[in-house]
Amino acid sequence: MSPDTRSSEKLVIMANQIAGFFRAQPGTDQAERVAAHLNDFWDPGMRAQFLALAEAGAAFDPLVRAAVPFVRRPLD
Amino acid sequence: MTAFVMPGETRDLGTPAREGRPVHLTIDGVAVTVPEGTSVMRAAAEAGLAIPKLCASDSLEAFGSCRLCVVEIEGRRGLPAACTTPVHPGMVVHTQSEKLRRVRLGVMELYISDHPLDCLTCAANGDCELQDMAGAVGLREVRYVTGANHFEVRDTSGQRNPEWRPVDESNPYFAFDPSKCIVCNRCVRACEEVQGTFALTLEGRGFESRVATGGADFMASDCVSCGACVQACPTATLQEKSVIAQGLPTRSVLTTCAYCGVGCSFRAELQGDRLVRMVPSKEGRANHGHSCVKGRFAYGYASHPDRITRPMIRDSIEDPWREVGWAEALAFAAGRLRAIQQAHGRRSIGVITSSRCTNEETFLVQKLARAVFRNNNTDTCARVCHSPTGYGLGQAFGTSAGTQDFDSVEASDVILVIGANPTDAHPVFASRMKKRLRAGARLIVIDPRRIDLVRSPHVAAAHHLALRPGTNVAVVSAMAHVIVTEGLIDEAYIRTRCDWDEYLAYAAFIADPRHGPEATELLSGVPAAELRAAARLYATGGNGAIYYGLGVTEHSQGSTAVMGIANLAMLTGNMGRKGVGVNPLRGQNNVQGACDMGSFPHELPGYRHVKNADVRAIYEAAWGVPIDPEPGLRIPNMLDAALEGRFRGLYCQGEDILQSDPDTMHVAAGLKAMDCVIVQDLFLNETAQYAHVFLPGSSFLEKDGTFTNAERRINRVRAVMRPRNGHADWEVTQMLANAMGADWRYGHPSQIMEEIARTTPSFAAVSYDLLDQEGSVQWPCNAEHPEGTPLMHVDGFVRGRGRFIVTEYLPTDEKTGPRFPLLLTTGRILSQYNVGAQTRRTPNAQWHGEDRLEIHPHDAELRGVQEGDWVRLASRSGETSLRATLTDRVSPGVVYTTFHHPDTQANVITTDVSDWATNCPEYKVTAVQVSLSNGPTDGQRARAARAGRSRRILPAAE
Repeated sequence: MSPDTRSSEKLVIMANQIAGFFRAQPGTDQAERVAAHLNDFWDPGMRAQFLALAEAGAAFDPLVRAAVPFVRRPLD
Repeated sequence: MTAFVMPGETRDLGTPAREGRPVHLTIDGVAVTVPEGTSVMRAAAEAGLAIPKLCASDSLEAFGSCRLCVVEIEGRRGLPAACTTPVHPGMVVHTQSEKLRRVRLGVMELYISDHPLDCLTCAANGDCELQDMAGAVGLREVRYVTGANHFEVRDTSGQRNPEWRPVDESNPYFAFDPSKCIVCNRCVRACEEVQGTFALTLEGRGFESRVATGGADFMASDCVSCGACVQACPTATLQEKSVIAQGLPTRSVLTTCAYCGVGCSFRAELQGDRLVRMVPSKEGRANHGHSCVKGRFAYGYASHPDRITRPMIRDSIEDPWREVGWAEALAFAAGRLRAIQQAHGRRSIGVITSSRCTNEETFLVQKLARAVFRNNNTDTCARVCHSPTGYGLGQAFGTSAGTQDFDSVEASDVILVIGANPTDAHPVFASRMKKRLRAGARLIVIDPRRIDLVRSPHVAAAHHLALRPGTNVAVVSAMAHVIVTEGLIDEAYIRTRCDWDEYLAYAAFIADPRHGPEATELLSGVPAAELRAAARLYATGGNGAIYYGLGVTEHSQGSTAVMGIANLAMLTGNMGRKGVGVNPLRGQNNVQGACDMGSFPHELPGYRHVKNADVRAIYEAAWGVPIDPEPGLRIPNMLDAALEGRFRGLYCQGEDILQSDPDTMHVAAGLKAMDCVIVQDLFLNETAQYAHVFLPGSSFLEKDGTFTNAERRINRVRAVMRPRNGHADWEVTQMLANAMGADWRYGHPSQIMEEIARTTPSFAAVSYDLLDQEGSVQWPCNAEHPEGTPLMHVDGFVRGRGRFIVTEYLPTDEKTGPRFPLLLTTGRILSQYNVGAQTRRTPNAQWHGEDRLEIHPHDAELRGVQEGDWVRLASRSGETSLRATLTDRVSPGVVYTTFHHPDTQANVITTDVSDWATNCPEYKVTAVQVSLSNGPTDGQRARAARAGRSRRILPAAE
């Protein structure tokens, strides 16, 4: 397995784990909270990779997919 | 050796302090006022009227055996012992009279009649209470001719003396010479009362009385070598071998231990710049005069021949190292780092700060990333230990630290220990916890393994919930379920301190039967009735205190478990006063400080997110550069990014990620992919195999600074000798920054602390002057709390109202199956510390020379494994070999090992699964298989060869 594939798979797992926590939280803003977590803790390179994977249709949890529009696109 | 008074050391007042209403009495005509319950001996000592004593010490309860402290009390018959007689209102005491003089002289004469008169050649000469007392009572002759005694090897006719015993030198750090023992029982009581190990006893009666260990000698006994007995001994009977070899110290410097997160205060005692011994300080507010085998004795690594003291560089990791001057090494490092940034962008390099270095050093390393590299790629070893504590407690309470001071445990009624092994990992605090347990507090242990606390002398857990690794959230939630559904909540507390609507949502969630102990029993293996009983005890047993460790955090749901623990404390109102709270036991000496100092890639010092423009503005003004508003890479992300080619340079200070971080092969691949790895350490550690620059580090004995312990206590570290490598670590970071174009001009760590205080609200009032004056302070320390904050969240939470957070249990992806049917969990042992770089280079190795795999006899039998056999331990990440120990401390299905030795390669086995919120690795759960093997694996042999190859050093060119 190439490093790229492995790190992509890891990123998908990590995002889905985050969704696992926020899905259980009360309220209606779970997608925004998943995105807020990614914006707060993932560096721009990881978010760029995440957004690219989302566009490529990676195996994200539906809640992660719902969070995509709220994830801040890195400027540089 | 308490009689040897160094400057600044307080006198021994004979018996412990008491609290109570004032009692007035008269001693030798002097009016004295002391708290009720105080002994006459202490009252006299406080008034400056020292009474002769031998068996008394203020670290121990009075014993009343030596009879040297007899006094006369008006209206009372006889001569009572001052140590065992409590003061009484209006009491009139006389400590001096002809009658008392004669009695004391008689007592001393008898003592000396069975003691060798070899003072001039004795190791305790000048530091002996027996000698002092002989002088104090005016002993001039000993009338008793030598008869039966314990000190002569042979009598005058050459017959061997049957009462004589040889010196026990089995312990590497101290000797026990029974011929000098006066049987005062201080060592026995210190072992019981202070340490709580009960390794020593007095055997025999009368003249036959001797101090004895349970085993053949000290090393064969239960002794944990904490040094409490050596500290208590009034003679040379229990004496440090370093003092026997070197003689008595002539000066002392108060400093802070560099091992675990307890942060004990020590007096480094020296002759010139030569360290003679480390003695725990009674004034230390974390340790109150106690110590463990690491802090008291295992300091020899600082002068170990493996220590590297000259900078080294190499073009490729395949080359041998080349010793160079500082300027050349720093120019090489700076050139490479700047070249990487030019080619791959500002964010292509980063730092790892050290939890073993000082606050000031850590502050400078993260400042290097933020102000010189201009990114937020800074992380610290807390990533792999307590980062979930930072996130979880931050979410629930608003601050990322323990809520109590260590003294708080004295007021606890129920102590809940979750995923921590204090007797091994935080021994000095464990001794205080055990003291409270012996006095009647009750104990609940939640741990897959039967840790020592579950059953040790005079301590037994009321409940041990031996859960399956990975089910913490299920168990903690089940406890909350019981508390909520059985009506055990503290509603008044929740209504006033927490958000009631959030509580109602949480209560509706947790009351669901799927969180009940009957349902979770199937997952966790914890019997429902036992769990219910434990939950009831915690909720209703009085002051409930939670102490937890890496067994909570190092899981895929580590952060969720921390939130679950916060929920338990808030549900039961166990917050904001003495005896309660939520207390993470921190692993490394300064891991709290490293977190406080902004080591994490998403926050600036004081836990303030980099996205906040107002916080960035503070540092932009102070440092004159823009601060990157984007979070940086965490350690596992750095390694992933390295394999993708977008992270290529690392400055790693005082950490050994190749040994300590999970999935060794992945760490090695990440390091290997980088163009410039700079390691700053005392030794050529494992990570240095992949380094291009080695900058020699300085030990805690060689620099000034501060450490912050697990109770948020900021303690001073003071240099006792010049750095062997020429520079303190903060100076090396400053030189690297300046080589990269910065213009830093710190002349002393106190100036760095001034900058920290200026820019960080929770440290606003901290200064070296304050620390010198107070000894230590606990943050927050600012205008509102000028002397610091022992207890947090007293009148309300830092975030306002405490927040209940829903904690849904999600099983880890790391599951057992046919290929890997057992669960591996990892931990520490008392005598070794972390990756062992320090302790392996001391005689502590005599207690733990190798890592062993603990396996239940049932699992061992299925695999044909016997005690001491080499076994192969394999997971989906890799495989290694080590020797097995059969024990029922672990349940069937669970195996356990430590990770103190690089040869073991324990982290070849651990996987890249991590906490959902923080990427803290799941060290505590790995699915494995165990089978018989012939010895080390090919991988281990290859590592040993590579380690040898990469440590080649060419001599410096002349």
